[in-house]
Amino acid sequence: MTLAGILFVLGLISMLIRRNMIFMLLSVEIMLNAAGLAFIVASSHWAQPDGQVMFMFILSMAAAEVSVGLALVLQLYHQLKSLDSDEASRMKG
Amino acid sequence: MLFLIPALPFFSALVLILAGRSLNKAAVSVIACGSMGIAAAITLVLGLPFIQSGEHIIVQHLWTWMQAGSFSAGIDLRLDALSLAFVFVITFVGFLIHVYSTGYMAEDADYSRFFACMNLFVGAMLLLVLADNLLLLYFGWEGVGLCSYLLIGFWYKDPANGYAARKAFIVTRVGDTAMAIALFMLFQYTGTLQIQQILDQAPQLWAAGNSTIVLIAFLLLGGAVGKSAQLPLQTWLPDAMAGPTPVSALIHAATMVTAGVYLIARTHVLFELAPAAQTGVAVIGAVTLLLAGCSALVQTDIKRVLAYSTISQIGYMFLAWGVGAWSAAIFHLVTHAFFKALLFMGAGAVIVAMHHEQDMFKMGGLRKQLPAVFWVFLIGSASLSAIPFITSGFYSKDQIVWLAWSSVYGHTFYWIAAITGAFLTAMYTFRMVFLTFYGPKASHHTPHAPGNSMMIPLYILALCSTLAGFVELPHTMGHVTLFSDWLQHVLPAVQLQQESTALEWTSQLLAAGLTFLGIYIAWVWVIERPDGMLRFSQMPFMRWLRKLWFSGWAFDALYDEMLVHPFVRTARMNRRDMIDRIYTTLARITEWLHNILARTQSGLLRWYIMGVVLGAVVILSVLIWRVYV
Repeated sequence: MTLAGILFVLGLISMLIRRNMIFMLLSVEIMLNAAGLAFIVASSHWAQPDGQVMFMFILSMAAAEVSVGLALVLQLYHQLKSLDSDEASRMKG
Repeated sequence: MLFLIPALPFFSALVLILAGRSLNKAAVSVIACGSMGIAAAITLVLGLPFIQSGEHIIVQHLWTWMQAGSFSAGIDLRLDALSLAFVFVITFVGFLIHVYSTGYMAEDADYSRFFACMNLFVGAMLLLVLADNLLLLYFGWEGVGLCSYLLIGFWYKDPANGYAARKAFIVTRVGDTAMAIALFMLFQYTGTLQIQQILDQAPQLWAAGNSTIVLIAFLLLGGAVGKSAQLPLQTWLPDAMAGPTPVSALIHAATMVTAGVYLIARTHVLFELAPAAQTGVAVIGAVTLLLAGCSALVQTDIKRVLAYSTISQIGYMFLAWGVGAWSAAIFHLVTHAFFKALLFMGAGAVIVAMHHEQDMFKMGGLRKQLPAVFWVFLIGSASLSAIPFITSGFYSKDQIVWLAWSSVYGHTFYWIAAITGAFLTAMYTFRMVFLTFYGPKASHHTPHAPGNSMMIPLYILALCSTLAGFVELPHTMGHVTLFSDWLQHVLPAVQLQQESTALEWTSQLLAAGLTFLGIYIAWVWVIERPDGMLRFSQMPFMRWLRKLWFSGWAFDALYDEMLVHPFVRTARMNRRDMIDRIYTTLARITEWLHNILARTQSGLLRWYIMGVVLGAVVILSVLIWRVYV
């Protein structure tokens, strides 16, 4: 459980300080896995299968998210010739 | 077959509206006039049994229009002697006017629009007079109002015409509102809008003079007054002359303005139960015919003379209603439809011949140049001013003059008003004739004679204006009462307080004498001593009177002062709408908040994540705090 917490916070912080979008995606993955780990741990602790089922969902969702995210990043790179997320601020209000 | 009479003009209007642009003028004329001609022919066929006896009635239920609870209104048509008289006038005179219009409007670019509106008008008018329930009648009533608006403003490129059209629409709307309230009240008390049921129930529901029925009758009278341009809602009719002349002939002389008369005729039982309203009808008629007659005396525009004359003649009809002379009013209505349509179309022929000049002082001397128009116009004028024996106007108007006195509801004042009106009528009519056709040639235009399509309807109407009078002759001259016998199954016969042949002779002789005196004065005024009359009219008082009469007794100025100006002033005061302020303030606040929030949308992704994280932290801490503390 602590490991899960540490992993989550690590992912969060790297997300906040990284500017490269690939790394931001990576840290999202880390956070997702942290959450998944928390589910697994909880399910084994209470001997309930629900948490493992939940992890399956998270896994498949993460796969989808990565594919969409990578496609977006690819498009952005075509447009901006950069992977810097701060460059992509043209939608400023 | 009855439904075909209104359906044909409606159908033709529909065709012309949808396909009018792609049809050439000949096709448009054939469709428009053809539908009218067939409708007129059907009227004649259906009317044949009526000639044998006025009792005959045709009722046709087409379909149920709407049904709600106990209320149901059907598209029901009903033809009896009264509506037949109207249908006959509408289809027959309407047909002639349509034929005439093909000549009059020949060079107009909006040829098919004109005929579409005309046909639509005829359809709505027929629906009005054939309706068996008041709701359908009201439908036709509004329909003719709409068409009147469309046709007055037909030449919409001139803003003045649009103004006249709006004025006509709004002023009649005042009357229509009163009428709508009357219908609501009738429905509330009787539970039906079927005319026959209401007429049957009314005497049981209300005693004569009951305040409810008096109120209803007065409200109905309000509707009639608006449509028929009687005092105090008469101001729209002279301005309505902005429309093309055939429109004036059809709508503002022969048919629509008589819708008010029809309404009162249809609901005459209610008026008999409300003596006050009946007196009101008579007084309105008497006053209107005098005021309008005076105004007609000083107009310079030939069509405005005829407009005031129409108001005045409808005043006669109202007077006849008021004294209970129902059939006399309808009789005058029919003859008036003939001769006033004739006069308007004659005036139209003159106007076209003079290249759209309407000022009589710029005409003059047209007798030699337009002899055919002169003769038919003279016949119409003779009929309008009721020259004895040979004109229909004499028989119909003298009947009213005589009955205004001798009927049980009659009064000497009515008689004086009627006979003074006859004098005025003769004077202004022949002033118009003399100014237009006699005297020196005042214009350098060379008039061109109108074509056959315009002249033939004029000849037919001239014939009608002369012959139509002979179906009803007074006691003193043969006593023929075809027309009133025919109507008496629908409308009660007039009750006389005394029958005196000597008095009737006196009245007729006096009326005839005054007519000739009026013509003579007009002759002196215009032809013999125009200089003397000019000096006379330059006197201060006469100038003031002339100005007053010219403006139609300054009713327009009065209404402007009383209603229009205060309204405009209020509107101007409220230009920055008070209530709207609340909403604009609300919008401002929202906009302001939006601007603040828009700043936070920096486009920097990491700030957004930061926001999400902070939000999550705050929510989580609040939750934890709530659970553990």
